[in-house]
Amino acid sequence: MCGISGIVALSARTRISESDVRRMLPALRHRGPDGSGIYLDDPSGRIGLGHTRLSIIDLEGGAQPMANEDQTVWISFNGEIFNYIELREVLLKAGHRFSTHSDTEVIVHAYEQYGDDFVQHLNGQFAIALWDASRQRLLLVRDRVGILPLFYTRQGERLLFASEIKALLPLLSEAPRISPAALDQIFTFWAPRSPHTLFEDIFEVPPGHLLVLENGHLRESVYWDWHFPEQGDYLAGSDAELTGQLYELLADATRIRLRADVPVGAYLSGGLDSSALVALIRRHSEAPLKTFSIGFEDKSLDESAFQQQLVEHLGVDHRRVFCHNRDIAEDFPATVFHAETAILRTAPTPMRRLSGLARASGYKVVLTGEGADEALGGYDLFKEAKIRQFWARNPRSEWRPLLLKALYPYLETAGAQAKTYLRNFYGIGLDHPEQPGFSHLTRWFTTAQCKVFFSPELTAALREDAATGLIDQLPPAFGRWHPFNRAQYLEAKTLLGGYLLCSQGDRMLMANSVEGRFPFLDHRVIEFANRLHSRLKMRALNEKFLLKRAMAAHLPREILERHKQPYRAPDIPAFFSARPPAYVDDLLSEEKLRRYGYFDAKKVGFLLNKARRGSTIAYKDNMALVGILSTQLCHDHFIERFSQTIHEMSETSL
Amino acid sequence: MSIKQTIRRYVLENFLFTDDESALKDDDSFLAGGIIDSTGVLEIMLFVEETFDIKVEDEEMLPENLDSIANLVAFVQRKQAVAA
Repeated sequence: MCGISGIVALSARTRISESDVRRMLPALRHRGPDGSGIYLDDPSGRIGLGHTRLSIIDLEGGAQPMANEDQTVWISFNGEIFNYIELREVLLKAGHRFSTHSDTEVIVHAYEQYGDDFVQHLNGQFAIALWDASRQRLLLVRDRVGILPLFYTRQGERLLFASEIKALLPLLSEAPRISPAALDQIFTFWAPRSPHTLFEDIFEVPPGHLLVLENGHLRESVYWDWHFPEQGDYLAGSDAELTGQLYELLADATRIRLRADVPVGAYLSGGLDSSALVALIRRHSEAPLKTFSIGFEDKSLDESAFQQQLVEHLGVDHRRVFCHNRDIAEDFPATVFHAETAILRTAPTPMRRLSGLARASGYKVVLTGEGADEALGGYDLFKEAKIRQFWARNPRSEWRPLLLKALYPYLETAGAQAKTYLRNFYGIGLDHPEQPGFSHLTRWFTTAQCKVFFSPELTAALREDAATGLIDQLPPAFGRWHPFNRAQYLEAKTLLGGYLLCSQGDRMLMANSVEGRFPFLDHRVIEFANRLHSRLKMRALNEKFLLKRAMAAHLPREILERHKQPYRAPDIPAFFSARPPAYVDDLLSEEKLRRYGYFDAKKVGFLLNKARRGSTIAYKDNMALVGILSTQLCHDHFIERFSQTIHEMSETSL
Repeated sequence: MSIKQTIRRYVLENFLFTDDESALKDDDSFLAGGIIDSTGVLEIMLFVEETFDIKVEDEEMLPENLDSIANLVAFVQRKQAVAA
């Protein structure tokens, strides 16, 4: 993977300077430590492209920015096109001439062959900036689900774009501002809603979108989205046939993701998805496999026993990085710097340690199991929604809500107090189960309770409720999908694209120059899964039904049958089980809270007292504290110390 | 501080994160108002047990005992009277 950047003129009289193009690169060095390059459209000065390279395929020939034979099409590309070998064959037959063996060059020729539809032919993860010099047009494209990032902002008569927001900063005339609407979204969905970012006037290219800049106008189109059967036109076939088809697809999605000119490792959490992935790699690759995992001192979060079982069963060479509470507290500022957004969980921090372990072990590429829960139906939230749907059909039932106990074994269901709680909390929206956000109401409601800490000024600046804004933007077909599919869509559009793949994914991998690859997010797998009836995803309350069947012969029964454990890291205990690092007290001081202005200093003071006493056990307290601290860190990194941060980044040698 | 003042202050500071007395009425339901979730009930029980030296039995986990300032105060007073 790599870092890409660039500047394009929005008016005829604007010219782009080489020094400005170069100024964006140091902030992207961690994404591409193996080399860098720029292209400046000469003599027009209309555009400059930048690139920092992590070399994985065609180590000698893949330097970028890269052009076609007559240098009329230029590209700066971050990612991998996994079907580049097949696509190259097709393009060769169509008469294209190649001068390298890289996947980058395949994109250039695919654009020549197919025009803007070239993206439909790519199977991979990508962020692409493509300049068509003869037509004077720029394309910005991101992969279908948002594995790789791409941000942009308008600066006077110029459009700036880059893989990370931090590369835009050196060209801004002043520090960016944190957007109240984005904070509202983060403290509801855990992430800003695409195309918004934490910062005002800085946007991302949404997953599955193509932006074309031509004649000074920006035109946006959707080339791919998650969609589901509207008229019961689910995939036909027996369970056995569909199981076989899913297995073959997953095997192929894994096989093409093992293509690299460097060794490929894998993350192994001990859960079903990463176990399935490692089993697939072992069956379809001869090479010895190295796997990586995280261990925690809190035994309720640690999955070492399951990891060990898999390691023995599959015969892999396994390494583990142990993550202490104090490591998380000390690493958290760097996590937030890389994530470039406020986050409500510390969980990304150990993921950065994990990519550090992979890198230190000599690995630049890891396969990882994200996406299986979204595509194949694994989340507890999907089960919870299913139970609440079932309950809504007979809201007076005493018995139906007790099914939640199967899902959350710790849930107290005995006694009148607990029953009242069940009814009050999980009964939210029960009178209207057809409403678009029904599946996510409990999570959004709980998370939004953190907004009690917003300052009066921030609250006053909010115009629209975050959830309403999301519902208004749903595709027209949404209401015709099965409720299970609606929940999947909301999950893909909020948590997957907005948090898991970026704050907890790409940014934590790339901080250590490691590329993640996601076989479950191969668009063929998603499209196949989206046409499966929901009973093949969740049979009664048995999640990922078809995936378990597909992997049954290859995994130990304990792994197939274990209760799903969501990945979590210690939140408040990471900071307060011992004396917190100095920055915590500093950024959560009354003075800094008041000056930055986002939170009510007095209320945060009460929360801090509670945290120091060690009595913050509620999810919402943990989310609130981590969210407040990370917002303060973002302000500190990117606003308060704006000039200093730019200066420090520029000291990074290329 | 009276039992009521102690409980009020605890709930205000730890669940509403405020010292504004008007934020909570004595008979406001904790559950209906979303003030307290399942872990919050546990927090409150730990607090009253430690502060007032009483023990909450399983069968006493009822909204009538726990679900508002007024109910909690009456409950603690009853328990203390029995113990005395």
